This record gives sequence, structure tokens and C-alpha cells, in this order.
Amino acid sequence: MQDLRKIQNPYNSDKVIDACSIFGMMDTSGQRFSGAAIIKAIGNMRVRGNGLGGGFAVYGLYPDYAEYYAMHVMYLSREGKTETEAFLKEKFHLVDADEIKTRPLAAIKDPPLVWRYFLKVNRYQAGIQADDDFVVDRVMDINIKIRDSFVFSSGKDMGVFKGVGYPEEIGQYFRLEEYEGYLWTSHGRYPTNSRGWWGGAHPFNILDWTVVHNGEISSYGINRRYLEQYGYICTMETDTEVIAYAIDLLVRKHGLPVDTISQVFAAPFWDDIDRKPPVEQELLRALRQTYGSLLLNGPFTLIIAHAGEMIGLTDRIRLRPLTAATKGKVLFLSSEEAAIRTISPQLESVWIPVGGEPIAGSLKIPLNPPSPVSVVAAYKMDR
Amino acid sequence: MPANPALKKPHNSIIEINAQDIATHELNNQLKQAVAAGANKILMKNVCGQRYIGTDINSPVEIEIEGTPGNDLGSFMNGPRITVHGNAQDGCGNTMNEGEIVVHGHAGDITGLSSRGGRIFIREGVGYRTGIHMKEYGNKKPIIVIGGAAQDFFGEYMAGGVLVLLALNMKDSDYHRTRYMGTGMHGGVIYMRGRLESHQLGREVGTAELNGADHEVLSGLVGQFAGHFDLNADKILRHEFTKLFPLYHRPYGRLYAY
Repeated sequence: MQDLRKIQNPYNSDKVIDACSIFGMMDTSGQRFSGAAIIKAIGNMRVRGNGLGGGFAVYGLYPDYAEYYAMHVMYLSREGKTETEAFLKEKFHLVDADEIKTRPLAAIKDPPLVWRYFLKVNRYQAGIQADDDFVVDRVMDINIKIRDSFVFSSGKDMGVFKGVGYPEEIGQYFRLEEYEGYLWTSHGRYPTNSRGWWGGAHPFNILDWTVVHNGEISSYGINRRYLEQYGYICTMETDTEVIAYAIDLLVRKHGLPVDTISQVFAAPFWDDIDRKPPVEQELLRALRQTYGSLLLNGPFTLIIAHAGEMIGLTDRIRLRPLTAATKGKVLFLSSEEAAIRTISPQLESVWIPVGGEPIAGSLKIPLNPPSPVSVVAAYKMDR
Repeated sequence: MPANPALKKPHNSIIEINAQDIATHELNNQLKQAVAAGANKILMKNVCGQRYIGTDINSPVEIEIEGTPGNDLGSFMNGPRITVHGNAQDGCGNTMNEGEIVVHGHAGDITGLSSRGGRIFIREGVGYRTGIHMKEYGNKKPIIVIGGAAQDFFGEYMAGGVLVLLALNMKDSDYHRTRYMGTGMHGGVIYMRGRLESHQLGREVGTAELNGADHEVLSGLVGQFAGHFDLNADKILRHEFTKLFPLYHRPYGRLYAY
């Protein structure tokens, strides 16, 4: 058996202090850029992880196939691939398919087979079900029913790449410097409560929602059971999975505005609600009462993304770090400022957001002029 | 006045370290070697995220940092004066025993956590839980002076030492946004500018006007702060300050031990 201590503690220190690392960068003008920068940035925080998980989400990734669902699927066996492909051909029109290109690296051990499919919903199969609902259900089908197969990316014009390794190694393995997008997020993992495996790496995804997370969701059991009632089944063995499904439920199915998700996940304390203006009190109480089972308990910092928007959020008492910065039209979110400086030494503004209050970058409101005040104000005015 | 007169010695031996692409462990080894080689002053360039800078150094050497030092800057430090030309990340001055950290920018969460001595001066604001569980004993008394505002849990579980919150980015009539200030505080003192609603304070904290002895301590510390950042101390001291003090010596005594 491999002696993990030598990898995780090369200097034989008395105590190894780690935490996950998260990083997001978005060009709010929609300009696409390669993955080289974010690989370097997340690599700066290497000491926060331990090589048991790394991953990336990219938006604006497949402009030539933007109208098709892009599914990234990992296979632990050939049989899984055969079964899944038969299933996909039955339920969808298969527009294109290829094995995701990789670069052999000594650091990446026993990788699964990873394939990409561009799909159009087969109307005959979907019946009256909306496309998005149909896709979510089929992702659940594959993840639960078909052995050795896991769909880890299922949105349009975006994609997730993840696996076991340090994030900078995973980035090199999937040749992400060859891809371009206007919004990238990344994660370096330090697993605490579940094993490090390829499906358990971040980001977590459903449709075009992705989440990277530093912390521990101690409400995972409650959140998971609540989501099961709506057909979301957790299969990735990591607490963060519930957040991706919860956002899909709240925003896509229940029609809540995106900025209310912070009031569900990091709901203000009851005594803070009591001090708000009456109308706001009513809203906040209704959200806490209706979605009490989606309150995220425990320490967290999240970077949530979907088409055209990136949101950073910490728990109410900020038990995990988040730094935000701007440079021109680019918004950065990071566990540590140094990771931002390593790719953009000169920044126009750098600040530490208040716990429980979201920081958002959006294609709808490009940063201009870039200052922390305008970022927050613009976000609130848009809704 | 610097904590140690040796800091006033002329800089007759300066060693420069280029931290570009050097890992934490290696960079701190180079720093220790420079101190062992007799440097009075060490200039560290291109620092970007390396942690624990200054840890395990027991002499009053001067360390100048250009860039963004990583978490736990000066942790367990015992003597050096660190100047950062930029921002500090989380855990700056973690459990430091003696020395000084001067940050020409802001600092992240848990600044000065569990510190037992030494001084920290931050020109701008600080994140959550500044001075959490700092303590004092005998002539050991940690001091943290913040030029800007603070986020929540300022002075949480504070057991000793002095915290000064100047809030120079606020008007006298402005209210702080911070919540849970001094929660669990059971020792030491906080001097602060700016207004607070009572619900922003921890239940274990009382407020009072400054007395003569308080003013003496505050003006000394503001003088040092102004000296570091080239500001006018008299102008700062003309503002109104409030003193926060612990109501109980053992607020949780009855909770954990009957």
C-alpha cells in the first residue's frame, strides 16, 4: 500500500494544516481566454489541498455546439460505456461524440475513461417533459442505474473537467490551456469526510450550474433527503453535490431570482431578520420557513456559476475565506489574494466580502468602473 | 517607540531574497540562513502566498516584504519586525510572542489570533475575528492597531492585551457594520472610534468613556501607528473614542464547570 504520509507531509511536520482552495475568474465583457491562467492561479494554493481532487468548470466552452447539451461522462469500465451509449442513443439525438483529449502525466494514476457527447433531446422520448427536466432525469438514471458510469457535466456551452490529483495536474491532464471560456472556476481538494475519487472532485454540476466549495456541509443529510423528494439523487459521495441540485431546484424549478439563493443557503439569523424593514422581514421569514431544509449549516465558501454569471458566497459567520478583486472587466474570487496576484499582480481593487453576502459578476452588467462598491450595488439593482 | 532598541541599529548588513517560485519551506529556510549569517535587514521580493514567514526567528531582525505574504505571517514569531508593502492574508501574527508586524494595506481573518506579545499595525481594515483569544501575562501584552474598519467578532474571546480600532475610513457619525464585537471577551481592552448599536456588541462587553490612563495608552499607540504610516496622530486623537471592557472575568465559568 502506498504511504500517503510521504506525499501529504514531505517535511514530517507535527501537524499538516490544509483546506480546500477555490478560484474563479470571469471576464464580464464576455471575452474568452485560455485555461492557462487559472491553472497557474490554483497552483499557487497547492498547499491547501493534498492531491486527492482537482477540477475546473468553463463557460463559453463550446460555441460551435452551443445549442446542444454537452455531457461529460466518466467510465470505470468498458461495459459501462457500452451500456451508457446505448441509453444515450435511445433517449437523445447524438450530434457528436469524442473521447476527451488527455496528456499522460505520471501524477495522474488510474484515470477513468472520459467521453464527451453533444446531445439533442429526442422529443418522441421526452413527451411533454421540458428539455431541462428530461436531461436532469436521464443524468440521474445513468448515475444510479448504469454501472461504472457517471455524468459529471450536463450543461450547454460549458463543461466540467475533474479528477484525482492536484488541480494544476488535472488542468494539464485535460489540456485545459487549449480550451477557451469567459468564465472559469477551479477547486483543489482536501477531502475531510469522504474518500478522494474522480466523481468526488469539484466542481459539482447539473445542467449548466456548477459549484466549487471549501468547507463542510454539516446539514448534508437534511439537504439530501429534501432534494430526494424532488428526484435529485446524490451519487458522488461528497457534501457539495447537494448545493448544485439545490440551486437547480430553487432557480430553475421554483423560479426564485438567483440572488435569493444566498438568503436560503446563508439565511440571516432570526434576530437579524427582526431588525429589517417589514417587507424584507416577510420575504426572509417566508424563505427560511419554506426552505429551512436547504439552509446550509457548517462552514463554507462557494463559487457558484451558470451561463453568464459567477457568484461568491460564504457562510454567515465566514468560517472559510474569500477574497474578491477586479482588474478591468475581470472579476476574481479566490481563497487567497496571492493566487490572484500570481496571474494579475496589478489589481484595481481587492476586498474581503462580508459573510453571507454574495459577490456577483455578470455578463449583463460588465464591470465599469471597477470598484467593490459598484460590484455590490450593480448586483442589487439588477434584480 | 520600537519594542526593542536593537531595531534602531544602523542597517549595516542587508540581504535580499527573491521569493519568486520558491515554496514556503524553502523560503523560510533561506530566511533563517540570512538571520544566522548576521543580516540586520532582509528584503524579500516577489513574495506570493508563501506561509509562516518569520516563524521560528528569535532575534530583532528587520524583514521587509514586497508582494503578498501567505497565511500565518509571523506566526510564533519572537522578535523580528516585519513590514509588508501590500496586504496580509489570514492568520497574520498567529500566536506571536514578541516583535512587530506593520502592514501597508489590509489584513484577512483572525489577525493576531492567540497572540501573547508583540505589536501589529494594519493601515487599512481587517477581516473576521481579529485578536481572537489574544492574552497577556506579566509584562507580555499584545497590541493590535487597525486603521480601517473591522468585520465581525472583533476581539472574540479576548483574554488580554489592547485592540485599537481607528476606523479612519468612517465619519464620526457612521455606524460600524461589524457584529458580535467582543463576544466572549473576558480580559484586555478595546478602544474604538465610530458608532455601534447595542446589538452589535457581544453580551459579555461593557462600554465606557476613556479615563486618563486609557487616554495615555491610546495616544501612545496612535502615535506609533501614525509614525508607521506617516499620518497626523493629533488629528486622529481629536476624534471621540469608546472603551470596551469585559463585564466578567469568566463569562462561561458556570456553563462548563459547576
